[in-house]
Amino acid sequence: MSDNTAVKTQKTVKKAVSRKDMSMLRWTLKEMKRNRVAYFMIAPYYIIFLLFTIIPVIVSLVLSFTSFNMLEPPVFIGADNYIRLFLEDDIFIIACQNTLIFAAVTGPVSYLLSFVVAWFINELPPKVRAIVTLIFYAPNIAGSVYLIWSVAFSSDSFGYVNGMLLNLEVIDQPIAFFQDANYVMPLCIVVALWTSLGTAFLSFIAGLQIVDTSLYEAGAVDGVKNRWQELWYITLPYMRPQLMFGAILAITGSFGFGGIVDALAGNPSVDYCAWTITHHLNDYGGARYEIGYASAIATVLFVIMIGANFLVKKLLSKVGQ
Amino acid sequence: MARVQKLRTRKHRVVLNRSRGGDAGISFFLILMGIFMFLPMLYTIMQSLKPLDELWAYPPKFYVVSPTLKNFTDLFRLMNTAWVPFSRYIFNTVIISVFGTFGNLLFGSMAAYAFSKIKFPGRGGMFQLVVLSLMFHTTVSAIANFIIMSALGWVDTLLAVIIPTWGSTLGLYLMKQFMDSSVSDAVLESARLDGAREMTTFWRIAMPMVKPAWLTLIVFSFKDLWNMGATIYIYSEELKTFAYAIGQILSGGIVRSGAAAASTVVMMIVPIAVFIISQSNIIETMGSSGMKD
Repeated sequence: MSDNTAVKTQKTVKKAVSRKDMSMLRWTLKEMKRNRVAYFMIAPYYIIFLLFTIIPVIVSLVLSFTSFNMLEPPVFIGADNYIRLFLEDDIFIIACQNTLIFAAVTGPVSYLLSFVVAWFINELPPKVRAIVTLIFYAPNIAGSVYLIWSVAFSSDSFGYVNGMLLNLEVIDQPIAFFQDANYVMPLCIVVALWTSLGTAFLSFIAGLQIVDTSLYEAGAVDGVKNRWQELWYITLPYMRPQLMFGAILAITGSFGFGGIVDALAGNPSVDYCAWTITHHLNDYGGARYEIGYASAIATVLFVIMIGANFLVKKLLSKVGQ
Repeated sequence: MARVQKLRTRKHRVVLNRSRGGDAGISFFLILMGIFMFLPMLYTIMQSLKPLDELWAYPPKFYVVSPTLKNFTDLFRLMNTAWVPFSRYIFNTVIISVFGTFGNLLFGSMAAYAFSKIKFPGRGGMFQLVVLSLMFHTTVSAIANFIIMSALGWVDTLLAVIIPTWGSTLGLYLMKQFMDSSVSDAVLESARLDGAREMTTFWRIAMPMVKPAWLTLIVFSFKDLWNMGATIYIYSEELKTFAYAIGQILSGGIVRSGAAAASTVVMMIVPIAVFIISQSNIIETMGSSGMKD
């Protein structure tokens, strides 16, 4: 809405200023000069933003076509890095699979969980709501508190889970949860979900609070029968901007994980069972100094993230229709 | 008329179309999820209060029987035996948090104001680039960033950690969205007509109107910097952070598991306390966080 009006006012301004003898370029220059204070205000932020966020992506893209070890100047080798990555590097294929499994589970589940919990919380009285919000949000802000999971699931009989299972005689040997390929991925996913109610969750809580309540009353008169219909026909369409914002954060988070795995299962995890693209990237970039190859990995990860975002953006535009 | 009877009121507002069965189901789900979220936190606190014999009891108990603060005193004793004086780690974290947060707030709000309230050529495209950067994780740029840092000669200085936070995206984005919705153009226009310069309008009029947003920005920025452990840009021990030093205690193996739990509690108290104080402001800010397509 406000964007539309902004565009409109811009157009009217354009009409007022531009004369027939003035070309588009000259008009733009004139407008730039008139608003030069805006560029001064943006410059400190934007220069740093470009330097440490945008330019690295471009540098990675360029370096991905080279062989580079930080000491000698890069040598152009065409698409060799990508060919090696997809055809010869078996561990990269494992990393891709794990990343996709992880993202496909934690992304949607954390997103739905954030929304459903926020939606349920919204009906509680304000004081209770504040406390419940804190309980759900705390694991996300509390830093390395997720390490408690490795204590609870530790591989000896003093670990809480093993101790309980032994005591109940479900098992007779302690399970080495974080050294067993069968358990590592599921446990890391559970822990990641536990910490995943973050900024998007807060955005949903806030978005639900500002839905115009008269819409619900109007909906009830128009025949909305239960809370599910209310959700689909009124709340979700109204919340679309928040849903979009939350989706972006959920996708970005779900593809960028890796720290949790390192802390819980060690690096590398047993049999590479939780090895992700991020690990592969750090391995080649940080440990082996094959910067060209690592840049190719980074570029692939970048394309996957952006692709997933645009795909989900398309899907979300259909909500409530 | 039948429909009107369906209206149920609760203390705070009128609720429409709610079945009691649904209420029960939702309460059940919320309680279950709440337990799942809260138990590990509670377990951490319990562990930090357990004396040694309870930490190594079999079968392990969830609750602490005779709570003690010994783990916390052990933690402070361990801190004093660290290679670099512990106050140095705390000093680094304070420096990073204060300068990082301050620059992020100042530059972020200035840019947000220009994006939100001044119609200059290129602002649409420039802001789209900012939104695009929300779509990829920083791991993608980490290696190229290292090359840029070494070119600037910032590797192994605190600059490598502080300066990039001044260009962080989320803060600018939230601030800009909040300004869009809560600073009225009319007020700014009348200030401009009175001859106020753009910087004055920004500082004197717009900034006081977006207090919740800058509080939110401070909390988010502080939380990240407080929790920041080791990075690839810093290798000198005397430049490392509090979170890193705490992590070292955590990795000290089983003998220190009590102190480790105590250190986790110390680390988590600060951001949680900050969030409790600022919660209502943060929620207010997030109300405008939505992304228009």
